[in-house]
Amino acid sequence: MSVDKDTVRRIAKLARIALDEERVEPMMNELNQIFAWVEQLGEVDVAGVPPMTSVVEQRLRMRDDAVTAGGDAEAITANAPLSEDHFFVVPKVVE
Amino acid sequence: MALPADPTLFTLADARDAVTAKRISSKELTGAFVKAIEDARPLNAFITETPERALAMAEVSDARLAKGEARALEGLPLAIKDLFCTKGVRTTAGSRILSNFIPPYESTVTQNLWDAGAVMLGKVNMDEFAMGSSNETSYFKPVINPWRAKNSNQALVPGGSSGGSAASVAGFLCLGATATDTGGSIRQPAAVTGTVGIKPTYGRCSRWGVVAFASSLDQAGPIARTVRDAAIMLRHMASVDPKDSTSVDVAVPDYEATLEDGVKGLRIGIPKEYRIDGAPPEIEALWQNGAQWLKAAGAELVDISLPHTKYALPVYYIVAPAEASSNLARYDGVRYGHRAAGVKDIVDLYEKSRAEGFGAEVRRRILIGTYVLSAGYYDAYYARAQKLRTLIARDFTEAFKTCDAILTPATPSPAFGLGTKSDDPVTMYLNDVFTVTANLAGLPGISVPAGLTSDGLPLGLQVIGKAFDEATVLKVGRSVEQAANFTAKPATWWRV
Repeated sequence: MSVDKDTVRRIAKLARIALDEERVEPMMNELNQIFAWVEQLGEVDVAGVPPMTSVVEQRLRMRDDAVTAGGDAEAITANAPLSEDHFFVVPKVVE
Repeated sequence: MALPADPTLFTLADARDAVTAKRISSKELTGAFVKAIEDARPLNAFITETPERALAMAEVSDARLAKGEARALEGLPLAIKDLFCTKGVRTTAGSRILSNFIPPYESTVTQNLWDAGAVMLGKVNMDEFAMGSSNETSYFKPVINPWRAKNSNQALVPGGSSGGSAASVAGFLCLGATATDTGGSIRQPAAVTGTVGIKPTYGRCSRWGVVAFASSLDQAGPIARTVRDAAIMLRHMASVDPKDSTSVDVAVPDYEATLEDGVKGLRIGIPKEYRIDGAPPEIEALWQNGAQWLKAAGAELVDISLPHTKYALPVYYIVAPAEASSNLARYDGVRYGHRAAGVKDIVDLYEKSRAEGFGAEVRRRILIGTYVLSAGYYDAYYARAQKLRTLIARDFTEAFKTCDAILTPATPSPAFGLGTKSDDPVTMYLNDVFTVTANLAGLPGISVPAGLTSDGLPLGLQVIGKAFDEATVLKVGRSVEQAANFTAKPATWWRV
């Protein structure tokens, strides 16, 4: 399987990474080189094999449903590139 | 045994004993490393040096030592990979997108180390988001390997992604360093810098506060000068943690106590699939030496087969980018990190911030991950890779019916020249061919320096063990270390 330029543009859009038009073709070539290499996985018969969901057998622990942290808007917004009164500021999203 | 006059040459165990016996203060020891780090700036091992914090922590340690209240790692200076969040100290993950991030919390692994009395020298360089095998993808420029080939001034890579950790241990800039390993990022840099690196079983160390790359594969561990030092550090990094539901509630043994128990009667598996075409004959010869050393020490060698080994790397390059594309979705230019200027709307803000903030390798892997998880391709790529991963893990389960630990080469080559492999992603990925299987199966693996190439560059051997059997991995590693008697050190060319 290989990807074409439209697919590269589409996945860049899905991933929310701007891709300049002159970078589309080189990226397509790089991705196709990698996809050609992983193509060998197709030669293995995986019928009846369950997909791995947890690498170490364990039951996830339950904890009390209690508030253990929070209420610290100052710390949470301290790293924001732009914030006002403990709100994150973004360009206008609702008309 | 007489200690070296220069305290930066101490092992962690020697330093612990010297500090406890008050033959040197933590402040003197820490001061020596602060100076060594300043002198080693040409190696570019550190992203952020924290000398003031280090000396303040050393003073606290000295006060505790004076009162007879020393903890297990009291006053011992360490370097921290810049993937571990450190409260109030910039944590970048080697990326532009986090180049101004100051965590308001501390990772569990580093907190465990500080609770044991360790001293932080600073944050060390790494491949961006731990994606790389040469430290060349760092936004903060590559780390230079302290080792050089005989009669050569060519700059070599220190391996990756924990290149700063490995170089700072190999260059005597710290007693030990934290590192992380998603496909080989502890063991591969350790092997090419003549240091010891252990990736424990998945779940042994908490991932809380470690910037996420591929959550089902990421695991923290130490890089150190000796197997004993690695055993000491691992014991104090590991813990079950309510903040990481995948950390496992299995008691952490005193690895140091069983380190010298030897390998007599142990069955060591030699997997035939780890003989790869085109590997330098020195790698094969080293592996055979390692097997003979263990046999001479009383172990039994067993031929084993891990038939799905050749699929491990391609499986990894589906699973890891898929998880990365999901984990790295959080970098949006809104809540923290780099934000692009001059954007027209919110989507433009996301797209430009991420395009500017992520480097080429990270962008490429996010796109691979996005594609293999997208509608119509999920079954062909991601679901198939997860099934193959089951088969790879089963190979090990079968093999461990006839052996107690597995011996393999750690890397397919010694350290290579800066810029010599960065044009071709697949060639770069092949550096992890021997290490990635242990991540996919969640198993512990150690790399131990075992010899030099004819050019004088270090090579490592890897020991892989059963889940939660780090004690055996360390014991076998110690046996290899003893037999190899690796005493070579890099010349300190960077001290002008």
